[in-house]
Amino acid sequence: MNIVCLGLSHRTASVEIRERFAVADPALDRALQRFQEVEGVREVVIVSTCNRVEFYASGERLVSGFHGLDHFLREHGGVNGSSREDLAAIYRYDAPHSVRHLFQVACGLDSMVLGETEILGQIKRAYALAAGSGATSGGLNKFFQRAFRVAKQVRTHTGINRGSVSVGSVAADLAGKIFGSLEACRVLVLGAGDTGERTARSLVSRGAGTLLVSNRSFERAEELARELGGQAVSFEDWPSHLKSLDILVTSTSAPHPILDRARLERGMRGRDDRPLFLIDLAVPRDVEPSVNELENVYLYDIDSLRDIASRSLSEREAELEVCRRIIDRHVDEFTAWMRTRAAVQGGIPARPVASGGLGTV
Amino acid sequence: MERLVLAVSLLFFLAGFGYTLYAFGAGRFLPNRLNFILIAGGFFLQTLFLYERGRQIGRCPLTNLFEVLVFLSWALVLIYLVVGAAYRLSLMGAFTSPVASGLLLASLLLPLDRAASRPASPPDPWLEMHGALSVIAYGALALAAVAGVMYLVQQCQIKSRHPGSVSYHMPSIADLATANARLIFLGWTLLTAGLIAGFAVGMPEGTAKLWWSGAVWLLYGGMVLARRIRGLSPGRQARFSVAAFVLVLVSLLGVIYLP
Repeated sequence: MNIVCLGLSHRTASVEIRERFAVADPALDRALQRFQEVEGVREVVIVSTCNRVEFYASGERLVSGFHGLDHFLREHGGVNGSSREDLAAIYRYDAPHSVRHLFQVACGLDSMVLGETEILGQIKRAYALAAGSGATSGGLNKFFQRAFRVAKQVRTHTGINRGSVSVGSVAADLAGKIFGSLEACRVLVLGAGDTGERTARSLVSRGAGTLLVSNRSFERAEELARELGGQAVSFEDWPSHLKSLDILVTSTSAPHPILDRARLERGMRGRDDRPLFLIDLAVPRDVEPSVNELENVYLYDIDSLRDIASRSLSEREAELEVCRRIIDRHVDEFTAWMRTRAAVQGGIPARPVASGGLGTV
Repeated sequence: MERLVLAVSLLFFLAGFGYTLYAFGAGRFLPNRLNFILIAGGFFLQTLFLYERGRQIGRCPLTNLFEVLVFLSWALVLIYLVVGAAYRLSLMGAFTSPVASGLLLASLLLPLDRAASRPASPPDPWLEMHGALSVIAYGALALAAVAGVMYLVQQCQIKSRHPGSVSYHMPSIADLATANARLIFLGWTLLTAGLIAGFAVGMPEGTAKLWWSGAVWLLYGGMVLARRIRGLSPGRQARFSVAAFVLVLVSLLGVIYLP
C-alpha cells in the first residue's frame, strides 16, 4: 500500500491558484467521487482550507507521479497548457514523505501561523466528510487517526501552540488571564481602526459579553458595532462609560493621551473592585503610562503586545526540533505498519519516487 | 515506624514540588495529574499517621506542637484537595506542596514530639472538636494565603507586561481573588465553629490562649467584613491574608505553650 499526497499551500501557490483548486463543501462529494475513480486509487480524503488544498489517496500500486492523478488535477483545477506554472506549484509526496507531511500539517508546523490549532479541526472535518461519503476504509482511516494522535501528543508534550502570536490574540489571552471568562465583560473599542477592529474581534471570539464602539465618525462606529454585534456610543460620551467598563481598547489618532491618571481615577470613582484592562494600540499612545501603577488597572501598549507575540513565536520555533522528533517516531511506526500490511495482503510495498513538486516541507 | 510514614509523606510532597519545578524549567508543565497524585499520596500517608497516633494516645492527635504541625499540614492539603479541585486551580498544588512540606519538615526536624506534655484527663469530645476545627480552619487560612501569594505573583507578572510561563499556567486574577476571599470566609467560619465548640466546654475566661484566638478571629472577621462592604481591594486582601497567616504561624509556636 502507498499513500500519496498531492497539494498546494500558501507556501507554494498564490491565493489565485489556490482558489482555483479549492473544493467548496457542496462540490466535495462529487470531487471525492471523481478522485476515487482515478485508476489505482482506493481511498481518498480532500483537505481544502483557505491556506491549502490537499488530496490524499491510497492504493496498492499507486505512486504520486501516476499520469491518472495528473489528469485528475489538471481537470479539477481547470489547468490548460498555458498555465503549467499552476502544476509546478503542486507538491507530490509518496510514503513516507506523505505520512510525514500530514503529521506536520496536523500539528500546525506547516501553517502560516506556526503551531495554530485550527488546521487540526479542519483536517478532522475533511476526514469525517470523506469517511461519511464512504471514501475511506482501513488504510486512510488508520492514517488520519494516527495524525490526530500525533497532533494531540505534540500539543500536550511541547509548547508549539503556547502563547499567542498576533496582537489581537495576545490581548484576548491577557484578558483571559485577568478576568477568567469574558462572558460578563463590558468592552469599549475607542477608535474603529484596523488594529482595534482585529483586537475587538479576538475579544468577541473569546466570548466578550458586551461590546461598545466609539469613533469620531459615528457612522463608522455604527458600522463596526453592527458587524461585531455591539452597540455604538458617541465619542463625546465614552468617558461616562469608564465606571462600568472591564476592557478598553483604544486606537485613536489623537496627538496626546486622551486618558490620563487623574481622569481615570475620576472615572473609576464608585466602581466596584473588578479589574480594568486597558489596551492602548495607538501611536502616539492614548493612555498615560502611569495609570498602570493604579491598583487593579492593567495597561498594555502596542509595543508590549507585539513583544509578547514575537516572544511566543520564538518559543514556538524553539519547540520545532522536539515536535519533529515526535513526528519522526510516528512516521517510522506508521510506515512499518504499512509495510506489514502490504506484505500480509501480498501487495508490493510502495517505493518512494522523486517528488514532482517542491520537496518535503 | 510512624515517623517513617511521615517522612515518606514528606517525600511525596517534595516530589510533587520538584516535579513542578522541573516541568517549569523544561517549559513543559502538564495539567497537574502527577502533581495531584503525589499530593494525594502524601495526604493518604499523613492520614494514616494521624489515625495511628490518635489510636495510640486515645484522643485527637493535637496534644503537642509536633502533632499540631502535622495536623495543620494535613488540614491544608485536605482543603486543597477539596477546594483546589472544585475551583480547578490547577497550579495551587504547586504552591501548596512546599507549604505542606515546610510544616512537615519542621515537625520532623525540631524536638517537638514530647509525650510528657499530653494531658492526663480523658478526652472531651467538645474539646477535641474545638481543637480539630480550629486547626482545619488554619488549614483553610493557610490555603487562602497560598491563593493570596498566587494572586500577587499573577498580578506582578501581568503588571510587568512580560508575563512568563508561570503566568500562563496560573488561574486568572479574578478567579484567584474569588478563591482567596472564599477561603478566608471558610477559614473564619470554621474558626467561629471551633470557638463555639471551645465555649461549649467552658474555656476559662481571660487566658492568653483565648485572647489570642479572639484576636485571630477578629483579624479575619475584619477582613471578611471589609471585603463585604468593598472597602478592601482584592490586592490588599491578598497581601493581608498572606501577612495574617505568617503572623498566625509564627505566634502559633508561642500560643501552644500559653496557659
